[in-house]
Amino acid sequence: MSALLAMIRRDLLLVMRRKSEVLTALFFFVVVTSLFPLGIGADTALLRKIAPGVIWVAALLSTLLGLQRMFAADYADGALEQIALSPQPMVLLVSGKMIAHWMVCGLPLVILAPIIGIQFDLDTSSLYILMGTLLLGTPVLSLLGSIGAALTLGVRGGSILMSLLVLPLYIPVLIFGAGAVYANSVGLDTSGHFSLLGALLILALAFVPWVTAAAVKIAIE
Amino acid sequence: MTDTNNFDKNRLVNWFKLSSPSTFYPVAGKLIPLFWVLTAIFGLAGLWVSFFVAPVDAVQGQGYRIIFIHVPASWMSMFIYLVMAAWAGLGLIFNTRLSAMMAQALAPIGAWMAFLSLWTGAFWGKPMWGAWWVWDARLTSELILLFLYLGFIALQASIDNPRRADKAGAILALVGVVNVPIIYFSVKWWNTLHQGASVSLTKAPAMAQTMLLGMLLMALCFWMYTIAVGLMRVRAIILEREAHTDWVRQLDEVKV
Amino acid sequence: MTAYISTISSQSSLALEARALGCVRGDKTLFSGLSFQIAAGDCLHVRGENGVGKTTLLRILTGLSQPESGEVLWNQQALNSQSSAYHRDLLFLGHRDALKEELTALENLQMYAAIDDVELLLEDAMAALRRFGLRGRENLPIHCLSAGQKRRVLMARMLTRQARLWILDEPFNALDAKAVVELEGLIAEHLSAGGLLVLTSHQAVKITNVKVLEL
Repeated sequence: MSALLAMIRRDLLLVMRRKSEVLTALFFFVVVTSLFPLGIGADTALLRKIAPGVIWVAALLSTLLGLQRMFAADYADGALEQIALSPQPMVLLVSGKMIAHWMVCGLPLVILAPIIGIQFDLDTSSLYILMGTLLLGTPVLSLLGSIGAALTLGVRGGSILMSLLVLPLYIPVLIFGAGAVYANSVGLDTSGHFSLLGALLILALAFVPWVTAAAVKIAIE
Repeated sequence: MTDTNNFDKNRLVNWFKLSSPSTFYPVAGKLIPLFWVLTAIFGLAGLWVSFFVAPVDAVQGQGYRIIFIHVPASWMSMFIYLVMAAWAGLGLIFNTRLSAMMAQALAPIGAWMAFLSLWTGAFWGKPMWGAWWVWDARLTSELILLFLYLGFIALQASIDNPRRADKAGAILALVGVVNVPIIYFSVKWWNTLHQGASVSLTKAPAMAQTMLLGMLLMALCFWMYTIAVGLMRVRAIILEREAHTDWVRQLDEVKV
Repeated sequence: MTAYISTISSQSSLALEARALGCVRGDKTLFSGLSFQIAAGDCLHVRGENGVGKTTLLRILTGLSQPESGEVLWNQQALNSQSSAYHRDLLFLGHRDALKEELTALENLQMYAAIDDVELLLEDAMAALRRFGLRGRENLPIHCLSAGQKRRVLMARMLTRQARLWILDEPFNALDAKAVVELEGLIAEHLSAGGLLVLTSHQAVKITNVKVLEL
């Protein structure tokens, strides 16, 4: 447990010293969502309809941008090797990194999303549903994305490749997340969506840390 | 080098001996013509059934016959992904190079099957529903499967160290295998929720026995084809990756 | 610092053994059938030309890389069966500093102590940094330090890490004459307390009883 907390503390401390990296990913989220009305037109009915999908896709893309931070810096300066040589379980240390990544890249999206939602004229209940799905979904995005980030460490063209690897895995989260908001807006029940998102989160928590730890060990061999 | 003689001498095949590239190479070479013959036999039988024996469809006319390519290609694309992931997983667990090479050999074939399935799906869709592309659950899942294949191929191509490429690809393939059912389920759910196209490939009229037979024969044909091409590809990969070993240098096809 | 010495002196059975190690890089076989053994108080100096596989050997000894053939044993047990215990006894410093540029020298030491599960009191950390000439610079971000000063932070880490086995890849790089002497002193202390050392270095290593492995 202490390994987990030590790693979270370390990564958060590093982010505090280099805030600009994180803020750019959040700005990206805001900018991308603003592009859609510009590209499609400001018809409020249409915007209300596309809002769940647009916000969720923008959340996916921002998470991808932030994923490069997870391991790349430590890989480049040799700290990742030191982490791999720690007597503490690699799974815990890697999980700490994922949690820190979510706190920095995922949680702010949950907080920003309602503001964007208002821009798209979503009603209050939809905004709550949106925040709820993002709260459950963004950890899954951080978890699944960590696999792609670890597999492509030090590889030429790694960031684009990582996107190609990770985006298909994100599709179920996107479908259930955006689907919940859409369902709510047409008056359907959303409990099924939330159960499925919850199930994905539990599955991801149960398996991904081990997979990512293995992928990191392969990358630093 | 004595291994090839051993194969002729021992009728009982020692499977673990086959896991070395040097023993597997000549064995594969002997098997390839056999599988091409099987491909031709099943292909001819399947095509004959598809074109001449299966009845004309009441609704879709003659054009539906492309289903005999489309459905087997879909089946094979999913089957190959499973087999590829299994080989990659074996290579990861037992640290054998040849298993990983098999996975590497199968990936492009699977990708082509997925691509073929998508194209034939489009060719079927256009005369039937007036659209080149339909966001049907199966077609969309097939598209995502193609992305998974491309990701695997791209990852292996980008990593210089072959052993690292093997292991990283194996992890990706295994993660993909777990995710394919989840993705398929979620896409199916999405499809019913949004009520897009009102027709779907799965709602084809009840299959006549002969149609099913035609599809099975073509599927077998594609399977034999996959094995034949897979063996050819893995032999090429073996030559490439083991180029520095003595037994490769001694081969007739390598010696100038 | 005295506590560190007394706990080690009873561990005289520690040994690092390599059995028939083989390594392949690309097409080339770097080495094969490599065997050696070092015990408490021994120093192994791995020598050879550039590209001959010194760093690769060291990484195999740490367990980061897997050898093509053979195995490495620590206390008669294979590495794979005891990686956590082995890592507790091991400190590896490679070519790269592995210091986080945004954190201060003190924070780096504390961060690594937390990750390595080593108890590090503030006074000990500060004392270690001061011993290696970083008085007044303990709270500066690493990117403000020179290359030589960064290596001094690493020496402080070596001191506070309390590892039995040190595997160091080119530890004398970027060190001025004074720092070289200090590092040799630190190594001598470590060896006399029963620690083990494997290092690579292009320079001559002024340590008594050095075993040399020529690759």
